[in-house]
Amino acid sequence: MGLEQKLGDMGIVTTTLDKMVNWGRTGAMWPLGFGLACCAIEMMSAQASNYDLSRFGMELMRPSPRQSDLMIVAGRVSRKMAPILRRLYDQMPDPKWVLSMGDCASCGGVFNNYAIVQGVDEIVPVDVYVAGCPPRPEALIHGIMTLHEKVKGETLRDWA
Amino acid sequence: MSLQQVELTTEDLRHLVSQEALDGDTIMLNMGPQHPSTHGVLRLLLELDGETVVNCIPDIGFLHTGIEKTIESKSYEKSEVMTDRLDYLNTMGNNLAYCLAIEKLVDLDVPERAQAIRVIFAELQRIASHLVWLGTHAIDLAAMSVFLYCFRERERILDLMEMASGQRMMTTYFRPGGVWRDLPEEFEPTLRGFLADFPARIDQYEDLLTKNPIFIDRTKDIGLISQQQAFDYAITGPTLRATGLAHDIRKSQPYSGYENYDFDIPTRDAGDCYARYEVRMQEFRESLKIITQAMDNLPGGSFRSNNRKFVPPPRAELGESMEAVIHHFKLWTEGFPAPKASVYMPVESPRGELGVLLEGDGGPKPYRCYWRTPSFVNLQALPMMSKGHFVADLVAIIGSIDIVLGDADR
Amino acid sequence: MKSILSALQKNFDAQPQEYQGLHSVILEAEHLMACSIALKETHGFEMLNGLSAVDYWPETEPRFHVVYQFLSITKNLRLEVRVPLVGNTPSIDSLTEVYASANWFERELWDMFGIKARNHPDLRRILMPADWEGHPLRKDYPLDYEEVQFSFNFEEIDQRKPRPSE
Repeated sequence: MGLEQKLGDMGIVTTTLDKMVNWGRTGAMWPLGFGLACCAIEMMSAQASNYDLSRFGMELMRPSPRQSDLMIVAGRVSRKMAPILRRLYDQMPDPKWVLSMGDCASCGGVFNNYAIVQGVDEIVPVDVYVAGCPPRPEALIHGIMTLHEKVKGETLRDWA
Repeated sequence: MSLQQVELTTEDLRHLVSQEALDGDTIMLNMGPQHPSTHGVLRLLLELDGETVVNCIPDIGFLHTGIEKTIESKSYEKSEVMTDRLDYLNTMGNNLAYCLAIEKLVDLDVPERAQAIRVIFAELQRIASHLVWLGTHAIDLAAMSVFLYCFRERERILDLMEMASGQRMMTTYFRPGGVWRDLPEEFEPTLRGFLADFPARIDQYEDLLTKNPIFIDRTKDIGLISQQQAFDYAITGPTLRATGLAHDIRKSQPYSGYENYDFDIPTRDAGDCYARYEVRMQEFRESLKIITQAMDNLPGGSFRSNNRKFVPPPRAELGESMEAVIHHFKLWTEGFPAPKASVYMPVESPRGELGVLLEGDGGPKPYRCYWRTPSFVNLQALPMMSKGHFVADLVAIIGSIDIVLGDADR
Repeated sequence: MKSILSALQKNFDAQPQEYQGLHSVILEAEHLMACSIALKETHGFEMLNGLSAVDYWPETEPRFHVVYQFLSITKNLRLEVRVPLVGNTPSIDSLTEVYASANWFERELWDMFGIKARNHPDLRRILMPADWEGHPLRKDYPLDYEEVQFSFNFEEIDQRKPRPSE
């Protein structure tokens, strides 16, 4: 992003700019709908009426990785799916975050065998892990709010 | 293992594509595993002539979890946890199939109260699964409000499941011999409230979709399948009932007390997406009938078998009886042994026939557990159903067969 | 049902068995094609409902039992046919000409057990990636269980675990 190169380090002015940019990023973080298995159903429940995700700015799950900021890996990642997951992560533009939803994405979950990647952090760097099998929609929302807290602590130089 | 994707050469796949694709008259398009309308990670290789599908080659296995092999390494009761995660929209149905197979294999009795509770939850799960089907099918055809309404009702059903078992989706509530614990007191009033409200909601969904000219245009005469083709491809479930045949395992080979309830099997004759939609809408009402009858006639008695060779004793008994402690220890460390035999137990899942082939070898772990899953079998007919239709119709067809990739890939 | 079982026993030398009301027959591999044609045309079993195998390693005589589940909707009957196979790389006749549903079932049989179906139009892996080596559901294939990370072995497992470079 060209903003960081042009401004450099301007002390107090940059800090306030950080806050503004982070406010913009957390206010409307568009998720990539990467629902794989059972956690995807809880993600859809979180999107729908009772636990509305639109109030966090995530009105739509963008189907294309080029238009999304947040990849919610919801569900178990099999060995066949792993290269595709990495390719989608590489296709997302900066700044991007990864939220690993559920036990299978965080650590392999119940399935400790030949077919499942034991934790999606073997493939992509993860920012927030949400535990549960599947996590309640409230747990997912808590994970998203934790991610917002983390983003608010970032500076522009992290993504330069 | 490296993450490089090994590209298959054209020679490996030449037998699948027609000569026109190789000449360049038709395009090969990849409808990849990450797609909003494929209901999971299904990859379709489409051969398109303009916008018309000439051939469609499904590529599954992106959700293969090795559940069958993992079940072989755990004891019978402990591996029931795996079964929830197969068809994750029909979790209680998978538990039911597995428990019925175990009970048949070791000849374990199930008290009547447990059978009635199992029927109530199996039908509630069928309604919940059809609600997700309706919501996602409608949203693929761009009717977004139906999605929000369906998930609103589904939350009420998930509340009922949480009340009984503590978990919303992966409950493992049915255990060999009965159910895990008895229904709490607040279950019945909540269920009655749900049963009173739900018929009006089904009418609401029908108002939105059944006579809607856009919906009818997008689903009538799309994805036709004849009864003979359904037999050839071993299609079961609402897809078979929409071709005119009233085949339902709950009626033909009843299990868990289904013979005591009075319900009809809805059928239609057209065999297209609209007929499958109508069959499933009618199944909502039939399930409500069954739940009402089961709740009205709920027998008293115990909720789990008392055969201590297979069922762990309640914790209160452990302080009093030595045999209870020994049984508890044996069952939770090693598990119960099953004879050297094999059983095949079919149940009616919302997608079709779900069958479990369970083979024991005299030890405490299942020797082989094969799941005949409806989505795997029904998906085979997709290329045949979609020839000559547009890509947009393909989305409608996938939605109407109601596949769940966890079921197809195991 | 009894008449069907006795007809199969007479014509194809099938051994009938029964457990808890479920009928099954054991059939030799060379009679499989003829028996399934007879089941479809004469006895009215319209659907091949399930097809899988059981691995009896380390016994090799037989090593596999291929299990076919036939369903007759009109007569409401189910029949299980077991075909014992010998050796480590066996093959069996493909039933795709008789029952169209056998196509993907036999692909899964090849993928998971390494049992080839002769005359199958499209025999390639269906559930595992195309370049996978080995047949997972065989008993001599390991589960590939990853060791659990406790505090005493935390660092040594951490070093072995693959991490993304970026």
